[in-house]
Amino acid sequence: MSAVLETRSLVKRFGGLAATNDVSLAVERGARHALIGPNGAGKTTLINLLTGVLEPTAGTIRLDGDDITTLAPHLRVRRGMVRTFQITQLFQSLTPLSSLALAVSVHRGESGGWWRRLGSDGAVAAECETLLERFRLADVLDQPVHALAYGKRRLLEIAMALACAPRVLLLDEPVAGVPEGERQEIFETISALPDDVSILLIEHDMDLVFNFARTVTVLVNGAVFAEGDVETVSRDPRVKAVYLGEDHG
Amino acid sequence: MSATPDAVAAPPAQRNGARSPAARSLAGYARWRWWELALFAALPLSWLLLPAQSLLLNEIAIVALFAVSLDLILGYAGIVSLGQAAFFGFGAYTAALFAKDVLPDPLTGLAVAVAASALLGLATSVLILRGSDLTRLMVTLGVASILYELANKLDWLTGGADGLQGVVMGPLTIPGTALAGFAFDLSGRTAYAYSLVVLAIVLVLARRLVHSPFGVSLQALRDNRLRAASIGVSTSLRLVAVYTIAAAIAGAAGALLAQTTGFASLDVFDFHRSAEVLLVLVIGGTGYLYGGIFGAIVFKLLHDLIAAWTPQYWNFWLGLFLVVLVLVGRDRFVRPWTWFGRRSATR
Repeated sequence: MSAVLETRSLVKRFGGLAATNDVSLAVERGARHALIGPNGAGKTTLINLLTGVLEPTAGTIRLDGDDITTLAPHLRVRRGMVRTFQITQLFQSLTPLSSLALAVSVHRGESGGWWRRLGSDGAVAAECETLLERFRLADVLDQPVHALAYGKRRLLEIAMALACAPRVLLLDEPVAGVPEGERQEIFETISALPDDVSILLIEHDMDLVFNFARTVTVLVNGAVFAEGDVETVSRDPRVKAVYLGEDHG
Repeated sequence: MSATPDAVAAPPAQRNGARSPAARSLAGYARWRWWELALFAALPLSWLLLPAQSLLLNEIAIVALFAVSLDLILGYAGIVSLGQAAFFGFGAYTAALFAKDVLPDPLTGLAVAVAASALLGLATSVLILRGSDLTRLMVTLGVASILYELANKLDWLTGGADGLQGVVMGPLTIPGTALAGFAFDLSGRTAYAYSLVVLAIVLVLARRLVHSPFGVSLQALRDNRLRAASIGVSTSLRLVAVYTIAAAIAGAAGALLAQTTGFASLDVFDFHRSAEVLLVLVIGGTGYLYGGIFGAIVFKLLHDLIAAWTPQYWNFWLGLFLVVLVLVGRDRFVRPWTWFGRRSATR
């Protein structure tokens, strides 16, 4: 298997603090890879480095073998690496439909046009239709995003990432704040993605991680603490110690 | 594409000829509303029915056009500016100089002024990409001040503080048509017709723009720039593009003023121009393109009414009006029947 996304000795320092400390990570093609670790382990910082929101202090990031360490965030998206946000980031004054139609138009390379209206391409509308159905947003498609219930917003958050047709999907706690009963449903949607989509998941809920992921990387204090397949990592006593320590602390 | 493989095949509803809810809703977003059509119908009617008011109406049309320019960057892209007069003034001086020194034909002059203002917008757009709203307010204000002083200083070119006088406009002629030889008269009939047509054309074009993927991406980056970049929108390029387009429209408004009055003075670069257009937009409402028209009508009528009644204290009453408008909120203000009802009665 070949790595589709790879970091080498990635470092990010905020002043004296190394939020990411010499992280070398390889996400294989078609991976179901989870990134876990206690609060403050640097998981979100790592995602921000991968997506270009932050610039690393040192190290390199490669996507499909190309160095993208300094590539602008939107160009990484156009290369197929798309993320979701732990704290919902939406377009408050648009509707779910226009948000999705915009994302679909961008990945189809039609977003620069100013003469034809958004969605005049039937294929864009059809893709939106599919996403709205799949994420149970069809009943609120015309409501302004700011008026949506929290659960719907979380669904839209993920639907927008999928509207970009990702090849590499970075999910930053996709079910954060989602009621217990709806979590499984979101994960079923994610699990149903085609095998060639590589997924890196940040998640706190261990049951979800162990159900979903095949590979797990444990991050502690910004550095890789343990890595391996799900069975190995879940039995690792050191990992248990880290998590037990957190739970009781 | 790989993430949504079943999207490639059109849903059954679409194959039957009926459109899916998503396609229907997307078409609905861009549909002409009845009041828009009424507004466009009112434009030529105002020319026909109010011939004696042509000079005032011409001023209103020019301010409305100027406000459309600001609405694109402020209402849609969320870029605040206190210096939109930079482009208004640049268009005005370009049109006046072009008529004086090169060619008196108004349409050619308008095209040149629009192109020149667009170039200035493109060149200064880098200044608004970084920083906060406060830096943008200061930077845009600064650019307008610089141009004001340049126009003041380069008096061999611009006439300095006296303004550019002796601009003689040629008659309005559309090549290849029967529309030829309409001279700009003192009554302002030709002038108002000219400004109205330019305003209507710009509105139609801007309307297409704001409903296009480009236009929606502007609203997206206004709402959340981080997320806009995260779905692949190039936020910087979009801002450069819309700033340039807005500058071109402001330049067109300035050119119309210079051409229909045959005069360009430092006043076109003045701070009060930038502030006034912002007031007009606040009165009429941002983010729906037509706020400038309603705002310009209210603003000019208020100005004329109050100035006729109490010339010295016009600013006092304007100020009071603005305070009340902002405190009450525009939505409630234009719906007087909601003022005394129960809260729930509003909408």
